[in-house]
Amino acid sequence: MLNYAMKKIAFTVLVLFGAATISFVLLHAIPGDTAQALAGPQAAAADVENLRRALNLDAPYGEQYLNYMGNLLKGNLGHSYRSNKPVMEIVAAAWPATLQLAACSMLVAIIIGLPIGIFAAVKRGRIGDTIAMVVSFIGVSMPSFWLALLLIMLFSVKLELLPFYGIVGPTSFILPALTLGSSTAANIARLTRTSMLEILGQDYIRTARGKGLQDQRVIWLHALRNAAVPILTIIGLQFGVMLGGQVVTETVFSWPGVGRMIVDALDSRDLQIVQGGILILAFTFAVINLVTDLLYALLDPRIRY
Amino acid sequence: MVGLSILVILIAVAITGPFVVQSPFEQFPANKLQGPSVGHLLGTDDFGRDILARIVVGAKYSLTSGILAVALGLAGGLLMGTLSGYYGGILDHLIMTVCDILLAFPSVLLAMSIVMVMQPSVYTPMIAVGLSSMPTFARLVRAQFMSLKTSSYVEAVRSSGAGDFRIIFRHLLPNSMGPIVVQATLRMGSSIMLASTLGFLGLGAQPPTPEWGSMLSSARNYIWTAPHMALAPGLAIFVTVIAVNLLGDALRDFLDPRTRDA
Repeated sequence: MLNYAMKKIAFTVLVLFGAATISFVLLHAIPGDTAQALAGPQAAAADVENLRRALNLDAPYGEQYLNYMGNLLKGNLGHSYRSNKPVMEIVAAAWPATLQLAACSMLVAIIIGLPIGIFAAVKRGRIGDTIAMVVSFIGVSMPSFWLALLLIMLFSVKLELLPFYGIVGPTSFILPALTLGSSTAANIARLTRTSMLEILGQDYIRTARGKGLQDQRVIWLHALRNAAVPILTIIGLQFGVMLGGQVVTETVFSWPGVGRMIVDALDSRDLQIVQGGILILAFTFAVINLVTDLLYALLDPRIRY
Repeated sequence: MVGLSILVILIAVAITGPFVVQSPFEQFPANKLQGPSVGHLLGTDDFGRDILARIVVGAKYSLTSGILAVALGLAGGLLMGTLSGYYGGILDHLIMTVCDILLAFPSVLLAMSIVMVMQPSVYTPMIAVGLSSMPTFARLVRAQFMSLKTSSYVEAVRSSGAGDFRIIFRHLLPNSMGPIVVQATLRMGSSIMLASTLGFLGLGAQPPTPEWGSMLSSARNYIWTAPHMALAPGLAIFVTVIAVNLLGDALRDFLDPRTRDA
């Protein structure tokens, strides 16, 4: 187990290192003067020079790279040219809203997706299965930003029931979480059905049924327990997909999270913020993947190579 | 079959449509934000432009972004997968590590990183989506090649004196085509979706280009006064993605004997 965990942690570090390297390379791939690009379009010549000296942008790339990595390790992500605040401070302020929304959406997705998937597998080939799969197919193919607009039209504009702008109370979470959770729910339903079907077709399930166990007992005690590992993996993987979707949902609902922060910063070319935001999301994603992998090994003793 | 029919219709509309409808750029300030009428079947937008015309002309952006993104991803993935799966060794290790890192990066983030470097245009979503699908294709091609290259018929071809190039292009590639085609089709659906997402975020095609995602983005501001603006572009994306996904699922069921009887 320890060996496996060390391996996974090493990989996570490698991924983070890769993400930081990609972002370093991209910053230097921006056409024109990097210092000018980072300082912002209207920066005074003196400010550009200060930044160039602070980031050591005239040094050879190797030295700059080490410098950049050293700063990252110290949690120094640079300054926003617009507000002049440290990027770390701005990102840290937006991060909780993003995590809260992600957690709520995942909850919605599991509550909707898991039962639909189990139901469809149990009713395999029957009308219930077909309906469940058509619904989840629609869920997968629905653009999230369109769903968001439709939900706003119905619940905020027509029925005037729910807020759709920023966070004003607990009800603010409902529409964004539904938007973000629905396609994940659809994916969870489809994949839960597949892994349940695989397990329901195995010999020990036939044995359990053969010895006279009730259907409910077989499904919940025997099948679901063994389907838990693939389902958990799916949920972990879906978190990443969701972090991507988060950017859109946050933009539509004016959510004060990291996703919207990046989009706004791209608009004003506040590149230090963009970079910081992308790195923090990549970091979140990598950590979630690591936790999934470790849980996976705890649940299934066979996966400890 | 349903998916294929819808797609054929969409492609036909994308090709012939622009000659039939009115100009997608012509503005009628007197008629702005009008609901559906005989003159404007889907109504008009905030500049008084005909929404139907914009939807029809916009079809080409979504379809080509799907096709080009997959083509780019496939080309890169084939190259990486071939090097990795056929030659193996240290190269394989290196390429697969890069793939793992890229896969551990949500594609929207990758796309946003790319927009950081280049100014947003119609092409940014294609490049971003293409790059982010490379590792998926690379892994698929690698797995196919690894299992095929040790099979006895490849040994036979090799012992008859065929070179690497001939083995790869005449034997390995044609025999790996099934899963690759299925993956490419399924990938196209998500590519179209991601490209329109970037358009919606303002990171893709810029106004006044009638790209569906960016049309929805401007509809957002008129959700109280002109909700019809948000219906047509969203429905267009939805139908296109559904059609491609249906086609992908059908292809998979047809080519994969395991799911065929399921």
